[in-house]
Amino acid sequence: MAQHQVNYLKDGGLPVALTTIDKVVNWGRSNSLWALTYGLACCGIEMMASGASRYDFDRFGTIFRASPRQAELMVVAGTLTKKHAEFIRRLYDQMTEPKWVISMGSCANTGGMFNTYATVQGVDRVIPVDLYLPGCAPRPETLQYAVLLLQQKIRRESASRAQKPKRLM
Amino acid sequence: MRAYTPKDDVQKKPYYTDRYWVAPQVAKSDVSADAVFAADLEAIKAKFEVLDAYIQVKQMVVVINAVDNFSVIELLKNELEYNQLSEMSAIDWLADEGKFEIFYQMLSMSKRKRLRIKCKIDEKESLSSVSSLFRSADWSEREMYDMFGVVVNNHPFMKRILMPDDWEGFPLRKTYPLQGDEFAQWYEVDKIFGKEAREIIGPENRDPARVDRYDTERFSRLGHEVPRGADISQGEPDTPLVYQEEGGVFLIQKFDAEKSVVISDRDR
Repeated sequence: MAQHQVNYLKDGGLPVALTTIDKVVNWGRSNSLWALTYGLACCGIEMMASGASRYDFDRFGTIFRASPRQAELMVVAGTLTKKHAEFIRRLYDQMTEPKWVISMGSCANTGGMFNTYATVQGVDRVIPVDLYLPGCAPRPETLQYAVLLLQQKIRRESASRAQKPKRLM
Repeated sequence: MRAYTPKDDVQKKPYYTDRYWVAPQVAKSDVSADAVFAADLEAIKAKFEVLDAYIQVKQMVVVINAVDNFSVIELLKNELEYNQLSEMSAIDWLADEGKFEIFYQMLSMSKRKRLRIKCKIDEKESLSSVSSLFRSADWSEREMYDMFGVVVNNHPFMKRILMPDDWEGFPLRKTYPLQGDEFAQWYEVDKIFGKEAREIIGPENRDPARVDRYDTERFSRLGHEVPRGADISQGEPDTPLVYQEEGGVFLIQKFDAEKSVVISDRDR
């Protein structure tokens, strides 16, 4: 006769938490989004401010990495010129799967005020974008919110989905 | 009889133009008004042909033949103490007279004077480089080539400086469209995906005023988020800003707005 009634299905019955593999994997992924340092223009300053002590991205597990091999999040912060377009694609291709892209600010979203011959009219012409962040430039809180929304998106995804590389085309 | 002008696109044109408008000109005065400049001009005139010379906004402008550009600037640097080339570039007068105007803005620290050398060249003509006299001319001449297509002889590294090396066209020419020609508009698509991808990716949206209120493919409004592609023509729901899902996240403490503290003292 058991002295204690243990309800295995209820939290608190034992120091055991029941969950699914999907949730655990996505929990890990969404809370260790390592971002590529990719400041292209003035949005880069806001991105740096988000990473610095006052706004402190580290507490969300977002750590900026200087190598695409170690990054899974690309925050395209700033104006993308046509000369640079091939390099952003190359860096995106070098990132390991799974990977996500936040297009930060008007210039990265649509070309912004630079309606000229030398600016890519939206970074989504070159790489697939998961989240568009409006603003010129968005404040660090906005970027934090974008990262939190992206975390929600990652948690909604199936972790065991086939690692099919995202292609723009 | 007046010449016939087509009226079909008359709405697109400005409805009012002042026929009597004349571009304002900055007043020019004679070089003899300034003793230092007059002496400099005499020294240039002694060796080279001077087409025109005047003083404008306290700076002397000397128009010379394009073939003399190197020797004149050498003279200015070595004998007349103009020891800085502060700026140089080209001006596109191709539409008016079929020529580029090249200007060299010089500064003399000892005389405290600024002087501008101007010369004109044809579109296909080239110019000799002054980068061996002034290092600042190195990049300026490359930029001039990049932006206007003015080729400079004897330059150590005659290559585009701002635009990509495989760029076609010279963007600062008056004939170059601001939003780019066909090459420019498809540049990144052609380079990364190839020409066959043009149809899939589609042309650039160049209309900055284009707003599709019901487009949920690209944008959603903060506080009114809906799933991608949802139909919101009947109005979208008002969703409060939440940082985590309703049930919370595994092992992560849920942010509770009620428990948050507003710090009023910034120096706390």
